[in-house]
Amino acid sequence: MSALLALENVEARYGPVQALRGISLEVPEGAVVAVLGANGAGKTTTLRAVSGTVRRTGKIEFGGKSLRGGPEAVARAGIVHVPEGRGTFTELTVTENLKLGAYTRRERNLRADIDRVSQWFPWLPDRANQPAGTLSGGEQQMLAVARALMARPRLLMLDEPSLGLAPMIVREIFRIVRELNEKEGLTVLVVEQDARIALQSASSAYVLEVGKVAVAGSSDELRENESVRRSYLGY
Amino acid sequence: MADFWQQVVAGLASGSIYASLALALVLIHRATGVINFAQGEMATFSTYIAWALTTNHGWSYWPAFAVTLLASFAGGVAIHQGIIRPNEKGSVLRVVIVTIGLLLALNGLVTWIWSGEVRAMQSPFPTRTMDIAGVAISIQDIGTIGVVLATVAVLWALFQYTKVGLAMRAAAVNPAEARLVGVRVTWMLSLGWGLAAVLGAISGMLAAPSLFLDPNLMAALLIYAFAAAVLGGIDSPIGAVVGGLTLGVGLNLIGAYVDFVGADLRLPAALAVILVVLLVKPSGIFGKSEVRRV
Repeated sequence: MSALLALENVEARYGPVQALRGISLEVPEGAVVAVLGANGAGKTTTLRAVSGTVRRTGKIEFGGKSLRGGPEAVARAGIVHVPEGRGTFTELTVTENLKLGAYTRRERNLRADIDRVSQWFPWLPDRANQPAGTLSGGEQQMLAVARALMARPRLLMLDEPSLGLAPMIVREIFRIVRELNEKEGLTVLVVEQDARIALQSASSAYVLEVGKVAVAGSSDELRENESVRRSYLGY
Repeated sequence: MADFWQQVVAGLASGSIYASLALALVLIHRATGVINFAQGEMATFSTYIAWALTTNHGWSYWPAFAVTLLASFAGGVAIHQGIIRPNEKGSVLRVVIVTIGLLLALNGLVTWIWSGEVRAMQSPFPTRTMDIAGVAISIQDIGTIGVVLATVAVLWALFQYTKVGLAMRAAAVNPAEARLVGVRVTWMLSLGWGLAAVLGAISGMLAAPSLFLDPNLMAALLIYAFAAAVLGGIDSPIGAVVGGLTLGVGLNLIGAYVDFVGADLRLPAALAVILVVLLVKPSGIFGKSEVRRV
């Protein structure tokens, strides 16, 4: 399997604070890869470095080509970044949110795509004209994923989909992500604080610690490694 | 009673002029988060372009109107890209001060190009009145109301039914998120400035025939537009329109029937509206105070 996304020695900083100290990681085409670690380890910044929302140095290759530019350009390259805290347009309706998801595509008739996405989230059509801000937290997170799918991305980047959600809803979201991967071959890079649930869906994972990759391996390896589990995964 | 309805229609006509300028203020406030103090002077500049085309170059009214709108749109985009955008990274106050500077600069520029003389601007509508159910209504008033309502309808359709309109709304409500879905936010904000300049130009061209054209044409109108925008809710496009019409009718009726106010106290009355709304309901009639689940 070739790597769809490859980071090599990527660094990023917020003012004087260095958030990434040389991260290297690979996301193979068709895989679900998790980035784990404690608060402040640089998980979110890793995604932000890829999507161009934070200034970074180092090499990022996507589909064999160097990835450059700000978030608008990265979105056009086929990477969709769902930021933490349910990135939806709360004042716009559910349908408008979905349409914006397909903004980079030339397709004018989005009906078929909305239907396709609604297969994964059957409640969407009922809420079509409701402002996204009136949805529950879990629904907003699902809408954010649905909106990402509207772009037909080559890579979906999810930031802490579990944040502030009930365990049942978190399991539901990860189940959908796994099925999207299995049935549609969607490549996913997911950042997650809840290592246990992330490792159930991901094939491999990277554990970050203060801006560096501390451990990497397949999900099975990481789960079975007693010391890794104790010191990094916290269970 | 006939007199009452006459006053109402006249109020709606001046109200639609306030509404158009108020809508321009709202568009920019939504997009850039500031009050554009130069909105009035931008409109004055546009109106002078129309005046020069019709008076000095012999154009007929509607072609001059159309070209003025195009020039205003280009000017609005250029002002955003060239002057506002480089200052957007700073504080809100910085952008506000830039718009005040722009107000002074444009005012000076207008005087320098076209002199400070008072000019007569031609109206596209006849000055006759027509009789509707015993009420003598000025055709110019009806035309003014019609032009503004048509503009509002076109803008509404643009925002509601087009991809670029949706992208402009997304860029205004959540720029960071809009970038992530691939919207070129800065250009959307520039488009907003362009549209605002067009709205201002329309209000200026409609106001000039009855108010006469001079470099300070829009100074008082901007106050009315502020009052209209605040009354309707500074972030609400519908609010700007309703606020403008309400204010126009209200001030006209007060001016006509409340003796001690008369024509002289119209402007202070508008300021009183601003003050009262900000004290009692700062979000205006249609503005919503931020409500969202967290």
